[in-house]
Amino acid sequence: MSEAVVLEDVTKVFVRTQQSKDGRGRLLRRRRKQRRRVVDHVSLAIDRGEIVGILGPNGSGKSTLVRMIATLLLPDEGTLRVFDRDVVKEAAAVKRMINRVAADASFFRNLSVMQNLAYSARLYGMRAGQVRERVERILDELGFPGRRLSDQVRRLSRGMQQKVAIARAFLTSPVLLLLDEPTTGLDPRSKRDVHQFIVRIREAHDATVLLTTHDMEEADKLCDRIMIIHRGSSVAVGTPAELKARCRTEDALPTMEDVFLTLAGHSLDADDEEEDTDDSE
Amino acid sequence: MTVSSIVESLRLVFTLVGRQFALYKSYWRWEAVWTLYTLANALAVGFLGRGIEPVTGAAVDQQKFITYLMIGSLVWGYIAGLFWEVASTVSWERWEGTIEYTFMAPVPRVIHLVGICVWAMIYGVARTAILLVGISLFFHLDLGQASLWAAVGVLAASTFAFVGVAMMVAVMPLFSPEKGSQMIGIVEAVLLMLSGVYYPISVLPGWMQVLAKVSPATYTLQGMRTALGVGEMADLAVMIVVLLLQGAILVPLGALVFRIAETHAKRTGKLARAG
Repeated sequence: MSEAVVLEDVTKVFVRTQQSKDGRGRLLRRRRKQRRRVVDHVSLAIDRGEIVGILGPNGSGKSTLVRMIATLLLPDEGTLRVFDRDVVKEAAAVKRMINRVAADASFFRNLSVMQNLAYSARLYGMRAGQVRERVERILDELGFPGRRLSDQVRRLSRGMQQKVAIARAFLTSPVLLLLDEPTTGLDPRSKRDVHQFIVRIREAHDATVLLTTHDMEEADKLCDRIMIIHRGSSVAVGTPAELKARCRTEDALPTMEDVFLTLAGHSLDADDEEEDTDDSE
Repeated sequence: MTVSSIVESLRLVFTLVGRQFALYKSYWRWEAVWTLYTLANALAVGFLGRGIEPVTGAAVDQQKFITYLMIGSLVWGYIAGLFWEVASTVSWERWEGTIEYTFMAPVPRVIHLVGICVWAMIYGVARTAILLVGISLFFHLDLGQASLWAAVGVLAASTFAFVGVAMMVAVMPLFSPEKGSQMIGIVEAVLLMLSGVYYPISVLPGWMQVLAKVSPATYTLQGMRTALGVGEMADLAVMIVVLLLQGAILVPLGALVFRIAETHAKRTGKLARAG
């Protein structure tokens, strides 16, 4: 089986400026730059057609990792390859193969669902004639009512916006789909629709899916393999069954929550400090 | 470059122009208010011209003076609009929340910027035409000596230089998400002061005149006034050549600066950070 994504020793550092509290006035205080490794020497290989989950609390480096694969951030160390193309040196080729859904569905809010999707499809080289039929089919599979295609995006609920974001990503037939916490804030029904769609994508379209989440049930249910990430470092990689077996006690098979607590030594509910940017002006 | 890649590039440019049109249409009330604001500013300058005689008590060729001021208002309306559109490339998408999606799409940055520039030119011409109609309702513009084709030539030649400057200013939000977009207004104000929009640059202090000679707006305004037969006459061919030369330097420089800023934003994670 060929590799869809290869990450080797990937590191990302952000700089935070701190003022020393040395009793001087605010303007005279010394500024100290503090470097924080948000992603710390992470390596991972994802096979074609796999659904791999990155599980970790907020601020653990999941989204930073996905942003690097999506060509939106440059790594400080290490290499990232997508279908054998270097993400930094061959960004244009990588962009044609990927699409990403983020937790915040980013749309032109005053434009309609159809206008947003048609614009996106054209950016990825689709002809106008192909768009409508494909949009209707994908949105129908996601349980999005066709009568709302001409509604402005700002008038849709968060769940509906997220379904449109997933449709937008899939519309361009990416061979690698990056789903960055796609179900955050969705109601249980919308979540189920999205889960079913992700499974169908893999079965019917041979797409590789990289999914970040802090929802352990979601990771357990959807992913072929899971990488547990904590404070920027990869703590463990394996199938859900392998990870559970590693943490098995005599009493019972652990849940993914037990697995995370054992391997990361940290509860998923306790957020790390969010940091995905330098803060220097 | 193959024919198919040229066709594909043009298709992308029109996609971006179409997006901008749809966006402006959806915010048409704000655009109407903005146009009224620009018209009110232009009319205020016109009334200033009408008031010069009663204020100073001196005999002035009022008709000529008002025409001089109104040409300044119209040309500045076009330049400022064009400049604002291009310079807001980053800040607008940040505000909409779409910047990461646009920068992740397989669209070369040059094509992205050309699309925005083409829209800016179309919209700039349309807005200037509305301003001209509005101004004509209040003031008689004496354009008996005007050469329309020469005016169009000067305006077209000037566009490239302003697009280049605007590309350089557009990157400011990538360096400073919080304050960067305010730089657009600052650069615009400096250009307005230096370039002889409402007065000849000869009234400026010597050191400012040196700076004025670098500003493309100076040559645009001199060229337009020459083409329309108002104010000091300049050599039109020289004005157009200077503007084209400035464009030939500023557009690649603007694209280079944009590229450097994009790399900086991707290194520091400032692409998506909200201002």
